Amino acid sequence: MSEVTLTIDGRPVTVAAETTLLQAAAQLQIEIPILCYHEACTPNAICRMCVVEVEKQRLLQPACVAQVREGMVVQTRSERVERSRRTLLELLDSAVDLSDAPAIQAQMVDYAARPARFPEAERRSPPVLDDNPMYIRDYAKCVLCWRCVQVCAEDAQYTFALSFEGRGFETQIGTFFEQPMPATSCVFCGQCVGVCPSGALKPRREWLLEQGKRPDDILEQTRAERRRSRRSSPA
Amino acid sequence: MSEPKMPAGAEPPDWTLLPPILHRHAPAGRSALLPALLEVQALYGHVPQPAAEQIAHALATPLADVHGVVEFYSLLYNEPIGQTVVRVCTDPSCALRGGDALLAAACQHAGVEEGETTPDRTLTVERSPCLGHCNAGVAVNLSSGLPARTTTYVQASPESLADLLAGRGQSPADQGSEDFVGGDLRVITPLCGRGRRTTLGEYEAAGGMQALRKALASLPPEQVVERVRQSELLGRGGAAFPTGMKWESAAKAAATPKYFVVNADESEPGTFKDRILLEGDPCRVLEGALLGAYAIGASRIYLYLRGEYPLALERVEAALAELRQAGYLGEAILGSTYHVDVEVRSGAGAYICGEETALFESIEGKRGFPRIKPPFPTTQGLFGQPTVINNVETLAQIPYIVLHGPAAFQELGTAESTGPKLLCVSGDIARPGLYEIGFGVTLRHLIENLAGGVTGGALQALLVGGAAGTFATPAELETPITFQGLRAAGLTLGSGAVMVFNDQRDLRDLLRRLGRFFAHESCGKCYPCQLGTQRQFEILSRLAEKRLLPGDSERLREIGWTMSDASLCGLGQTAASALFSAMKRWPELFEPKGAA
Repeated sequence: MSEVTLTIDGRPVTVAAETTLLQAAAQLQIEIPILCYHEACTPNAICRMCVVEVEKQRLLQPACVAQVREGMVVQTRSERVERSRRTLLELLDSAVDLSDAPAIQAQMVDYAARPARFPEAERRSPPVLDDNPMYIRDYAKCVLCWRCVQVCAEDAQYTFALSFEGRGFETQIGTFFEQPMPATSCVFCGQCVGVCPSGALKPRREWLLEQGKRPDDILEQTRAERRRSRRSSPA
Repeated sequence: MSEPKMPAGAEPPDWTLLPPILHRHAPAGRSALLPALLEVQALYGHVPQPAAEQIAHALATPLADVHGVVEFYSLLYNEPIGQTVVRVCTDPSCALRGGDALLAAACQHAGVEEGETTPDRTLTVERSPCLGHCNAGVAVNLSSGLPARTTTYVQASPESLADLLAGRGQSPADQGSEDFVGGDLRVITPLCGRGRRTTLGEYEAAGGMQALRKALASLPPEQVVERVRQSELLGRGGAAFPTGMKWESAAKAAATPKYFVVNADESEPGTFKDRILLEGDPCRVLEGALLGAYAIGASRIYLYLRGEYPLALERVEAALAELRQAGYLGEAILGSTYHVDVEVRSGAGAYICGEETALFESIEGKRGFPRIKPPFPTTQGLFGQPTVINNVETLAQIPYIVLHGPAAFQELGTAESTGPKLLCVSGDIARPGLYEIGFGVTLRHLIENLAGGVTGGALQALLVGGAAGTFATPAELETPITFQGLRAAGLTLGSGAVMVFNDQRDLRDLLRRLGRFFAHESCGKCYPCQLGTQRQFEILSRLAEKRLLPGDSERLREIGWTMSDASLCGLGQTAASALFSAMKRWPELFEPKGAA
């Protein structure tokens, strides 16, 4: 396998030709912030938090998919990079409830992102969807990383219960004609909940506990729901 | 399964219409999703859930994905809308001619807000992004009937609203409302602007199809590539990439089949050149595509036409029928061993699908999300195969290059910007229309000599290159129209749109319109654009309302830099381009104090 040598933040590193900048930086213990990226998912380079500055390239490059090349000179925390990351975090904070996303909050501190940077900003704040016994969907906390859609499809489960509603700023993860989860092809494998980075998908029990419900109440409530659902089902 | 609720007195949907559509599209699988959805939309007025389920099963596509596709495209609806839908263009040029007043009149007539449907479901009123009739605004697309038919009306006004709703508006297909086509040259537009389609016979009589005959008889594919490469033709869609280099790369790619795609998703505000070419002289564009497909060895051509161009669609289909009849399409073309066919794909309301990889996704039956590049289309494009995608105007140049040679073509422009160029002039101008020039003339020549000068006041600004373009001031009129000359002046040619604004016009209002356009058309995939276009629009709305907050200029700059630096595709990368050029030229507009 052929190898290439490149320079990241002034330090040379030699890696296999197929390596991404993210992996190459990791070899030097240089941490590049990630948000949508997940090692179990096909990288889509959508959050752009991992952008780095590559010499002789007009645009910043997403490190999760950009491949190393011989002689490349990469800056992972140049002024342009810092500005983009800081603004991205401020934009995200202006639209999404990040209270359940500790990793993103830590990034905001790291990049000196100012909370409430955008006054009079429309936020995405749809109501919580509590339509099944297993998990709730609180899309006010959704950062649109696409991981849930991907693990529900070709990246893991091949269930295809999820897609998108709207487009642009109005985009939201959704089901076929907004059907409740039990009516969809969802098999309640829980993988989407597992990969959600921002608490938008959450086990229902955890959510009920957060609402101040005591474990006994939850048990009683879910038992009652099960009885109701048995009675209402025709079979 | 929920039956769609029908308005009082309406017939329940006739589901027997569905199986023939499904049967016809099933062999193509998911790739037929958009065509199938558009047919269902036309038949039922929306995509009812039971129909979406059957489409999903017939095309072996997940239910959620079918829903996701319907949700992505502006011209598809998953709930019932009005029997008549009025879409009023309020983008820059139509706005100057009263687009907002017409939209307000239509809303008042219907008793609804924009985007809403009357309770009896007779009428839906929508604000539309640029409809490509900037030379004859206000443009309106009116869809009515089942199956729905869409007609474009031009020069519409509140006074003509009642006629328009009755289907008696002025259509570009009518006698006397032909587009004005002029300029210094008529190399690619000699048969345009006559108010009708040039037939294949007329095109042949004027020397058309000779380039294809010559190529099939005596020029092997690599020589066609070589001629185009030597011509130094740069793509006319906006990115100005060398066409010959694309063709060479795809021709050399080993994988087969290969595809050739005509990008006719013209949607850049202020741009109408591709529409006029396809409505007036479609055979020229198709001859260019046939030469391209021959040059790279493609077995199939897709022509992706924006959904807002019903007349162009009708005329392209008519031209294809003539070409097929005359033996220019299909097997053994003109007795050679070469075979290729053309499939027309209709867009469904998404500017982003003009981005080449988003266009591929759309043909493949998906939401129009741009892909990460590399890989580039010439190695992995449509269906993952080597693909060349060219703009309509680019292809209209090809027959001339192949027939007359690269040198003759180069003589029509400058050393670095070769050949003729089409410019779409609209706004406050005496003769709005399409102008064909040789590269190298100045903006002043275009505005004053060709288009008759500014109307309604002195020149305040030109917006060159569309919403993704840049502003020029009167002091910049001597700039030569070449890719290099404009770039040196901090301008961009983009799609060739030139919108003219006199000194009575409010540039802040214009900037808000551009901001709305990008926020509406962002696909939502990458964060800088998904979030940045929305925040930018909000701040530009404050600018237009003259209530900028302290720090808003800085916010605009930071959003703009981030979108330009870090967005995934050209849409986000240029969404702040016009704004930045305005901030540089008129900084006083952005002072909170001056604005208060």
